[in-house]
Amino acid sequence: MKHLTAVLVATVVALATLSARAELVIEITQGMDNPTAIAVVPFAWQGGGTAPEDVAQVIDNDLARSGQFDPVGRGDMLARPSTQQEVFYRDWRAINTEYVLIGRASVTGQVQMRIEYELFDVNRQARVLSGYEEGHVNEARMLAHRVADEVYETLTGIPGAFATRLLYVSVTRNPAGKDFYRLTLSDSDGARPIVLLESREPIMAPSWSPDGKHIAYVSFETSRPAIYRQELASGARVQLTNFRGLNGAPAWSPDGNSMAMVLSKDGNPDIYLMDLRTRELTQLTRHYAIDTEPTWMPDGRSILFTSDRGGRPQIYRYDLRTGATERLTYEGSYNARARVAQDGRNLVMVHQAGGQFHIALQDLVTNRLQILTSTDLDESPSIAPNGSMVLYGTKSGDRGILAAVSVDGGVKFRLPAREGDVREPAWSPYMSR
Amino acid sequence: MKQLTVAGKVLTLLFAAVFLVACSSKDTKDDSAAADAAAAEAAARSAAERAALEDAAMAEQRLQDAVAAVGNVFYFDYDSSTLKPQAQAALDAHIELLRTNDRSVRLEGHTDERGTREYNMALGERRANTVRDYMVVNGIASYRIETVSYGEEQPIAYGSGEANWSQNRRVELK
Repeated sequence: MKHLTAVLVATVVALATLSARAELVIEITQGMDNPTAIAVVPFAWQGGGTAPEDVAQVIDNDLARSGQFDPVGRGDMLARPSTQQEVFYRDWRAINTEYVLIGRASVTGQVQMRIEYELFDVNRQARVLSGYEEGHVNEARMLAHRVADEVYETLTGIPGAFATRLLYVSVTRNPAGKDFYRLTLSDSDGARPIVLLESREPIMAPSWSPDGKHIAYVSFETSRPAIYRQELASGARVQLTNFRGLNGAPAWSPDGNSMAMVLSKDGNPDIYLMDLRTRELTQLTRHYAIDTEPTWMPDGRSILFTSDRGGRPQIYRYDLRTGATERLTYEGSYNARARVAQDGRNLVMVHQAGGQFHIALQDLVTNRLQILTSTDLDESPSIAPNGSMVLYGTKSGDRGILAAVSVDGGVKFRLPAREGDVREPAWSPYMSR
Repeated sequence: MKQLTVAGKVLTLLFAAVFLVACSSKDTKDDSAAADAAAAEAAARSAAERAALEDAAMAEQRLQDAVAAVGNVFYFDYDSSTLKPQAQAALDAHIELLRTNDRSVRLEGHTDERGTREYNMALGERRANTVRDYMVVNGIASYRIETVSYGEEQPIAYGSGEANWSQNRRVELK
């Protein structure tokens, strides 16, 4: 117990001192050919003192990062309206702006923040969206992301995924000894990083529960890999496995009741299913080859996994009802670590072509394969809950960085850390409010 | 650590010899001539044992020198878990030494950065298992061997390219 307290204190210290180091920086490298011109006018602050957050800037950055919008620079705005009466369409036509977002932010009862917003279509000269978001003032950025989600959905027809979060692993090299590994939680734009776990031993495979309230990961802190489950709100965690050999790649079922994982306790790596209520294990695959990297189809009826049973790693599908296994990928000699979008159609994976490792997308209906990235050593793809973007790990120089690409390959941005290597991003599901 | 263990064994035996001498002198205090003879015999015995132990220590030192010369890292080809001849020769030196003691070892399997992290975890395990199986076939009990895979998580060399990758595809014996 004393030991545990010491560990907790150490973790708290880590939270206080190290959070800034893991922070990601966003660099947009490629946008759409004809992005929509939108003006996100600075929101009027109706509280005392200065606003706790530049809400409009957060929204502006979200829309820009999607690659589908080209936000107007504040210096180019001829007016800065914050109410409908102050909006004159000629001001915006003059600078070729298609949409204008205005808003007002206020704080009531010390800590309750309210953001009201209105979106105007300059060509149709009409208000197309209005609404408000309320929450704790400490969550101002999350409220702004929600506004961005609403604007994005109104203008693209696709739900936004800005009010979501990321998990990733970062490593600070220590030439004098063991490296520092950290598991970090941040907003979808990399802001507000929180170090959840720090260790001198590797941390791997972070993943989300379907309700976004729990995470699972692999930690070597006992000098061997083990799977842990952690509640985000309380930080309480449980060690789920401690078998001989591999304990890896935890993947929550869509109903949240079970977890697929890789264990090699019986000699070589196979896919197992753990009932999270009883901790009972069911062995799904039984093959002398490597079976690894399980991931669920969104309907929860089958599990995709990587296997080299055909000689080289390829993606297979295991039907949970019939126990039948079928091979899904045939193009190329290396296809691994699949993730499937919520539509159950877009499969992204690591695909080797010309000796390089790229992120590729395979349409599970047409089986057409599209290579999305042109960098090398791309790995660990994770799809946004709205299916629009894929976040992945890659290398820039000899540093590990995160990068993102849209599922049509048209939009790209990079998220290097201010310091150290970053890897294994896991995009959260939609967060319940 | 190894030297300490040998020195410890020598000391233990010396203490045992002294203890035996003390005991026997107590039991035979009426017959001092017999006691003297027993003491002389014990002393001769302990001297012989000491000489034997010194020989053993020297033999073990030779084995340790051989192990130090080959190092404790065994390298592999890309996407392969086959033991290379050089690695096999190095491993033989370790096996010779392990036959003379009851030490447990830990085999840590590693890969280069190419390929996915989880697949590399499996590949690192295959490499560690290859080394373990070779040791078991050559007479080292499997309960003395622990295997752990680190996949690509702990590279020796951080850069890309074969010069770096070849250093990272390895099993370390600890």
